[in-house]
Amino acid sequence: MNAIELNNITKTYTTKNNIINAVDDISFSVDEGELFGLIGPDGSGKTSIFRILTTVLLADKGTATVMGLDVLKDFKAIRTIVGYMPGRFSLYQDLTVEENLNFFATIFNTTIQENYDLVADIYKQLEPFKNRRAGKLSGGMKQKLALSCALIHKPKVLFLDEPTTGVDPVSRKEFWEMLKRLKTQGISILVSTPYMDEANLCDRIALIQTGKILEIDTPQNIVNRFDKNLYAVKSKSMFNLLNDLRAYSKTESCFAFGQYHHLVLNEKYPDINELKSYLKNHTEIEIELVKPGIEDRFMQLMKK
Amino acid sequence: MAEKEVVIKTNKLTKKFGDFVAVSEITFEVFKGEIFGFLGANGAGKTTAMKMLIGISKPSSGTANIAGFDVYKNTESIKKSIGYMSQKFSLYEDLTIKENIILFGGIYGLNDYDIETKCNGLLEKLNLQNDADKLVNSLPLGWKQKLAFSTAIFHMPKIVFLDEPTGGVDPITRRQFWDMIYEAAHNGITVFVTTHYMEEAEYCDRVSIMVDGRIEALDSPENLKKQFNAATMDDVFLMLARKAKRGD
Amino acid sequence: MKQFFSFIKKEFHHILRDKRSMLVLLGLPVVQLIIFGFAITTETRNCNIAILDNSKDEATQNLITRIESSSYFDIDKTLSSDNQIEKAFKTGRIKLAIIFQPNFQNELMHNNKAQLQIVTDASDPNQANTLTYYVSAIVMEYQKELNQNKNLPYTINSEIRMLYNPQLKGEYSSVPGVMGMILLLISAMMTSISIVREKEMGTMEVLLVSPLKPWIIIVSKVIPYFIISLINVITILLISGWVFGIPIVGSIFLLSLVTIFYIICALALGILISTVTSSQQAAMIISLIGLMLPVVMLSGYAFPIANMPVILQVISNLIPAKWYIIMVKNIMIKGLGFLDIWKEILIIFGMTTFFLLVSLKRFKIRL
Repeated sequence: MNAIELNNITKTYTTKNNIINAVDDISFSVDEGELFGLIGPDGSGKTSIFRILTTVLLADKGTATVMGLDVLKDFKAIRTIVGYMPGRFSLYQDLTVEENLNFFATIFNTTIQENYDLVADIYKQLEPFKNRRAGKLSGGMKQKLALSCALIHKPKVLFLDEPTTGVDPVSRKEFWEMLKRLKTQGISILVSTPYMDEANLCDRIALIQTGKILEIDTPQNIVNRFDKNLYAVKSKSMFNLLNDLRAYSKTESCFAFGQYHHLVLNEKYPDINELKSYLKNHTEIEIELVKPGIEDRFMQLMKK
Repeated sequence: MAEKEVVIKTNKLTKKFGDFVAVSEITFEVFKGEIFGFLGANGAGKTTAMKMLIGISKPSSGTANIAGFDVYKNTESIKKSIGYMSQKFSLYEDLTIKENIILFGGIYGLNDYDIETKCNGLLEKLNLQNDADKLVNSLPLGWKQKLAFSTAIFHMPKIVFLDEPTGGVDPITRRQFWDMIYEAAHNGITVFVTTHYMEEAEYCDRVSIMVDGRIEALDSPENLKKQFNAATMDDVFLMLARKAKRGD
Repeated sequence: MKQFFSFIKKEFHHILRDKRSMLVLLGLPVVQLIIFGFAITTETRNCNIAILDNSKDEATQNLITRIESSSYFDIDKTLSSDNQIEKAFKTGRIKLAIIFQPNFQNELMHNNKAQLQIVTDASDPNQANTLTYYVSAIVMEYQKELNQNKNLPYTINSEIRMLYNPQLKGEYSSVPGVMGMILLLISAMMTSISIVREKEMGTMEVLLVSPLKPWIIIVSKVIPYFIISLINVITILLISGWVFGIPIVGSIFLLSLVTIFYIICALALGILISTVTSSQQAAMIISLIGLMLPVVMLSGYAFPIANMPVILQVISNLIPAKWYIIMVKNIMIKGLGFLDIWKEILIIFGMTTFFLLVSLKRFKIRL
């Protein structure tokens, strides 16, 4: 059985001015025990997918199941077996850390003690602050508390909608380590993120843009589909270099990428010497063939 | 190398809230036309430091000079010579694109003629001529951010402060945004930016990393990587930020 | 059950930790009561009165005609005995009665002195005062005419009796009014805001994706405000007793009972508001403009309903506070019992049921 399955799910919103296809005929499935990532920018439809799967939003078309339960018919059963962490950390700001966790434990008919082993790892870091109000915690701590609250009833499937947005890199890294450990407990996890570098930490990912899936596969396979040579180029004056590279007749695309510019040329076997002589005005030039990342592939797919 | 013009200069700038030292004796300089990355974990004191620099929070001690003005005495002059854009608020969603530009031009005291000509130039540059009378809330997020940046530098400030400007946008739009930052810096506007994308830190000429209210490292991304013997800025950041003792 | 209590505990944490709101919740009634203790002047027209003419002579007829021809009064001619008049007062059919002594004209002509009694329902002291003044003015006018070209003047003595509120205290009418308003505001506004806050903060999303039943969410949201409302009722009654010296004439038990019914009605209204709004601000504006204004203007608390244009009188029937204020006045001041107010109780019940049914239909188990 698949932990999650979506078949041709479509959701449209009508606003005053226009009709928005938030989710446009999306199908995919997540295996049991899998860590599956939805990777895409704001407004790509990630949140709508989460809400449909957690039964708080009805799709216009298509069917979806969670642990074999239909999101429409069996919504009550689904609500007892999933853990959900919505986009904003849904905590009670005026309750303390401990009160928040206690509250979420009771509404799921359980206690902190009963499932402590599951959250112990995460909650231990929060325990020194257990009498602090949630509103006074930093972003990283709120995120850990929200995750503990979503886990406290030992859900079979965990839905995490942008758990790392607005959180600093250290906390983000710790968060992903926690997810990996949860996976070993057999919990299936659907997670979304706008940070492409986090995609590599998932078993499989779906790249998603304007309600459509661009590609689904393991991060490695997705990177492998980048079928062109990718060059990292650097010089003393990066701004001029960017303009010059874009003006180059054989350039297919060029984007700033860290301390380099990532350049794709429109020939199968590009002549790098020719490029070098084109850039003769620049000093301290470096041109290197590099391995593409998820983000390179995402941009390639967007351009198509 | 010719002496570079200094546009931000702080000396032991400190902010205390009661016993809590949010920002502790930070001393640094930022040069004209530089892209300066201001990094730090949540709660390291970035926002507090930034608030002092833009003149909306009074320092507890130390000195700071922004675009030639003192943060204690000339906050009004500082506000006139800087631009500011944050992720949370940047434009009025229920005004049209043109109305927003005119509003911000007016706030910074530009005359009607300048506003009109520059507004048209800006719309042309952003390729929004036909959408000038559309409400801002009908624009996609990426466009809003580009427009917000353009209005922040509309009055040609000496320095523009960007507080996590690129959260949540797609990778192409994010790069288009950075193209605009590059261009602004090229035109002599100093860019002071905070971000959570470590890869964006590499776009900066120099970055500072704050830990527990202090600046723990300040240099070009390349030198920092050498100094900490790390492959990426991400690693540099993690090494420094993990030392934090403050409750995260 | 554990879910339920844990939820209520959480609600109390929310309320107790927000010191400013606490102050408003508990302080507002006191301030209101003291401010509104000084009532608002009003004018009355076409008020129902009764006249008991024990003399039936030329002089009384003359006076009655004058009273009848004034626009202030409508005489209810069916009332012809002390007994009937007393009943009419209790049911609120009449606001004032004039009683002429036997041999009115004889006394006046031969002793130069005659007596009449003006009895008013002073549970609304403004109105009682105004009406008495009008009657006295008409009597004085008549007396003046009689005394033209007379050396020895005739005097008509008006004895005034205030029913239900002998000291003519303005607070008598303010207390029920403040209770009607405060309870509605606190119960309806605070409940709707606290439910909508969960929507705004995103926590409602998590609550929905949990086995928690919607009724548990609603009922536990409501209970703390129910308790606070009860505390307010007690405060108001204590202040009115100690500070203003207003006794509770009728049954305290009955008063508590109707108050509880009314609070439930207001809470139901709050739930209804929360189902149609999605921001705290909207909930607040709807509660303030949609509830407070009508309650102040149309419940008969600040302005007598009898004075309103017909259309507003009809609308005033839709306001729960109107019925509650009537009941409280009847119990607290007139000392009436259950049999005299069962109609109002039924109306409150009906409204509560209606609010709950609509909210139930509108409460979404999804976003």
